[in-house]
Amino acid sequence: MEKNNRKGTVLFSKYTRGEGIKKVLSISREDVLFELRESKLKGRGGAGFPTATKWTIVAAAKSDQKYIICNADEGEPGTFKDRVLLLEYPELVFDGMVIAGYTIGATKGIVYLRGEYEYMLKSLEDYLEQMRKDNLLGKNIIGKKGFEFDIEIRLGSGAYVCGEETALIESLEGNRGEARNRPPYPVNTGFMGKPTVVNNVETLASVPHIIAKGGTWFQKHGTDKSTGSKLFSVSGDCGKPGVYELPWGTKISELLKIVGAENTKAVQVGGASGTCIPKSQFERTLAYEDAATGGSIMIFNESRNMLHILKNFMEFFVEESCGQCTPCRIGNTKLLEGVEMIERGEFTFNYVNQLKELGRTMQVASKCGLGQSSPNSFISILENFKDEIFFQNGNGGTHGK
Amino acid sequence: MESKGDLRAPVSQTPLVVEKPKDTSAIGGMVSIEINEKKVSVPLGTTILEACRQNGITIPTLCHHDDLCVAGVCRVCVVEVEGMRTLQASCAFPITNPLKIKTSSPMVRKARRNIIDLLLSEHYGECYSCFRNGKCELQSLAKEYGVDNYTFGHVTEPKYDVDKSSYSVVRDMSKCVLCKRCVRTCIDLQEVGVLEAIDRGDKTHIGTFLEKPLADVICINCGQCINRCPTGALRANDPSDEIWAAIDDPTKHVVIQTAPSPRAAIGEEFGLGAGHSMTRELNTALKRIGFDKVFDTNFTADLTIIEEGTELIIRLYKALVQKENVALPQFTSCSPGWVKFIEHYYPEYLDNMSSAKSPQQMFGALIKTFYAQKAGVEPKDIVSVAVMPCSAKKFECNRPEMYDSGYKDVDYGLTTRELARMIKEAGINLPEMPKSDFDSPFGEASGAGLIFGATGGVMEAAIRSVVEFVLGKKVEDIFEKANIIPLRGFDGIKYMEIPIGDKVGPVPDLIKHLVPNWDWLKGAVLKIAVAHGTANAKKIMDDIKAGGKFSECHFIEFMACPGGCLGGGGQPIPTTPEIRKKRAEAIYAEDESLELRKSHDNPNVVRIYEEFLTEGPCSHLSHELLHTHYTKRGRYIA
Repeated sequence: MEKNNRKGTVLFSKYTRGEGIKKVLSISREDVLFELRESKLKGRGGAGFPTATKWTIVAAAKSDQKYIICNADEGEPGTFKDRVLLLEYPELVFDGMVIAGYTIGATKGIVYLRGEYEYMLKSLEDYLEQMRKDNLLGKNIIGKKGFEFDIEIRLGSGAYVCGEETALIESLEGNRGEARNRPPYPVNTGFMGKPTVVNNVETLASVPHIIAKGGTWFQKHGTDKSTGSKLFSVSGDCGKPGVYELPWGTKISELLKIVGAENTKAVQVGGASGTCIPKSQFERTLAYEDAATGGSIMIFNESRNMLHILKNFMEFFVEESCGQCTPCRIGNTKLLEGVEMIERGEFTFNYVNQLKELGRTMQVASKCGLGQSSPNSFISILENFKDEIFFQNGNGGTHGK
Repeated sequence: MESKGDLRAPVSQTPLVVEKPKDTSAIGGMVSIEINEKKVSVPLGTTILEACRQNGITIPTLCHHDDLCVAGVCRVCVVEVEGMRTLQASCAFPITNPLKIKTSSPMVRKARRNIIDLLLSEHYGECYSCFRNGKCELQSLAKEYGVDNYTFGHVTEPKYDVDKSSYSVVRDMSKCVLCKRCVRTCIDLQEVGVLEAIDRGDKTHIGTFLEKPLADVICINCGQCINRCPTGALRANDPSDEIWAAIDDPTKHVVIQTAPSPRAAIGEEFGLGAGHSMTRELNTALKRIGFDKVFDTNFTADLTIIEEGTELIIRLYKALVQKENVALPQFTSCSPGWVKFIEHYYPEYLDNMSSAKSPQQMFGALIKTFYAQKAGVEPKDIVSVAVMPCSAKKFECNRPEMYDSGYKDVDYGLTTRELARMIKEAGINLPEMPKSDFDSPFGEASGAGLIFGATGGVMEAAIRSVVEFVLGKKVEDIFEKANIIPLRGFDGIKYMEIPIGDKVGPVPDLIKHLVPNWDWLKGAVLKIAVAHGTANAKKIMDDIKAGGKFSECHFIEFMACPGGCLGGGGQPIPTTPEIRKKRAEAIYAEDESLELRKSHDNPNVVRIYEEFLTEGPCSHLSHELLHTHYTKRGRYIA
């Protein structure tokens, strides 16, 4: 595996394999949870749920078996930071899982690896085998009597929805990848009906640093509500696309400068399910409290047609909806049809507004995060790029009635 | 969480069930909530939907069904819960802490309208040309929520071909709204599992294994999916056009037999509440439609009891006295859904099946032999129709082995729903019909045949006869009013032991040639069981496989449909536990009102053994006409 030479203040800062595990085994589970609370770490998958809360619930649950699942089904269009972490920093991810196992009382961890990442399966399994040899996995880990933990890697089959934690669990159980009703939440009734922590790769990768360097250290990075740093997967119209570690609270304009973007018209923050931010809002900050993202940053310059971009996103959702709930299954189709109508100039503003209303219904009435977030780009692109879409480019223009 | 078998619905379709406290007065037993600013208190674990219903608030539902686990997929039942960013599906949300719920906020109303509009946009077809017109749940939702124009368009071309391959169930997936009730019915209620969602996104549809036609998969034809489909996507294979043609053909002699369950339910199609028996009104209506003769299936139900009961006695005699290796327990064979289920799932147990045909098929064979002779009609000119509560009966009458009269024994199986439509088409209002009797030579039948319609009924009818045969005393002396209460009701599995004791009676003349006396049964305990719904049948079969308590039974009644025939796949829609209960009450009340309540007392049955089946039950001729054999199918072959 290629060795890490990336620069960063938190995730990419110095860490030796097993460091966090050694430290954690010398302190109590309560202390781990305390450090985690101090760090104010929030879920890096996008939803931003406080990790300490999730772990505390599962740690407190009484059950003969608990699970820690690493969500490596990195499927959001435009994100590829988990791939970097798994390929170049597996010690962070796997140590994080061991620490989680110790803290919540689980003996088994599962990595749900995106089907398209099958090529890294061999190297990851070799890595786990080495950990077993070094007693970082297995029984009585580095001499801690009674602490047993192992990690299994399972491959997904390419469905976007399986990145949603309950659909992921259904898939792991051998069922069709469909989101479950909530409640119950996985922390109560997760994999095989047992209390389960499902964390994003990056969340787990943050944990060993927090354990090794302390929650207070972690908390000093970023903003008050968004602590630590974030890996951004930057793609699109810029000189230096790639994965960047930046502190939370970085302005979009600052990021654009760092990655060498010029003539930028729009930035899609949070992937296809995120929001599209126009030039006038580039002073907004990347943070949970402002422009939240699971890491995907797509940059579009002046040459791009926003309606085409939107169409591309909607096509994605039409195909990737799991199809179980009405708002998402049919709603996305209707939104895509709407985009095509605008493209042909065959639309009325009344109908476009009705579709936006439909989008708002989807946001609140869909069963899972997929349908709840898929209208985001539809609504934000049509609102933020109204002039371009309706009055330029010949997309109906004045034909819009 | 309860551990489940390999075939139950996945967790995505089974929500959190919070066990309701046994004692709701205990601390924490009740939760105070606010629904539309009204304070109410509900037992812990009640769903929002239940709480609203209990408090007189209607929440629209589509994927929810009282018989099924919750899917939470249609999203029509969403409500606003204070403090939550998104709307919550009320059917899938158990109340465990104080909540403030709004069921009709602007956000909720808009969402519901949008969702119904979306469903209509993909729902092919027009209401006026649909058999569910007036009884479609999507149609009523659209009406109730004022969705009166196709905001998001409307499909004009069907998306899928109609699958008419099955004799029993027709699938028109262009009308499907993907509520998955059929999937949950099949996999969770019946544990058959031939239907599942296939593909995803806008291509999602309900399909079968490898998208094969329904006739080529292991569907048991029970039709429970039809009863629970909210739209016209599933229906039975309707032969009424052919039946009309036969009626209109002067060279054809068209006879019809009516089963007890359709009679107890058909009133529902004419605006009556559940539980009104229409037996004699139906006789008149059928004659007015143009059927030449109307017969009572209960007659052959009585005959079934004699044949199947005799078969049981022979098996027991062989096992206990002659020490032969015979298959026990004996299983009933009246339910064609159950027959196909065991052929697929437990083919190694087909020897346990009673070889007696179902009442429908016994009647078919007798009509084209005994009746044809008596009436002087050529069997080839007879068109024999059976009104059944059942979609599987359509498959049954088309089984290749059902030609024992030399002709197709029963030409058409007609469901209750289809018959109701024929009656309406003829301009007849059934409840207003004068009452009339069944036609000879079969005439009236016993209450024992009648209760075949309810789960436990076959067993009760059999016990009424067996007790009198063996003990030589009146069944009324043992069971008050001859009602065998432990065999009644809707418990999934019922079990009963009947000790024979030391006193036995004389062997009745009818079977004297088969067993010399009853001494060999002295001190024995007859063990019997009853199961309805194939999920319960499966439990018993697995227990037998494991050598459990049911493997020691002597006789077990199986019905494929929940509730027995009265809950059959051909019965009026909708079906709920409450409706099935009322139908059962109607059947038992009719039984109790009859003089004749035991199969062996039926004078017409006695006569047929004197005049036609002269060698008695389970004899050569009776085997030829009244018994059948089964096909080992296995889990992969249709």
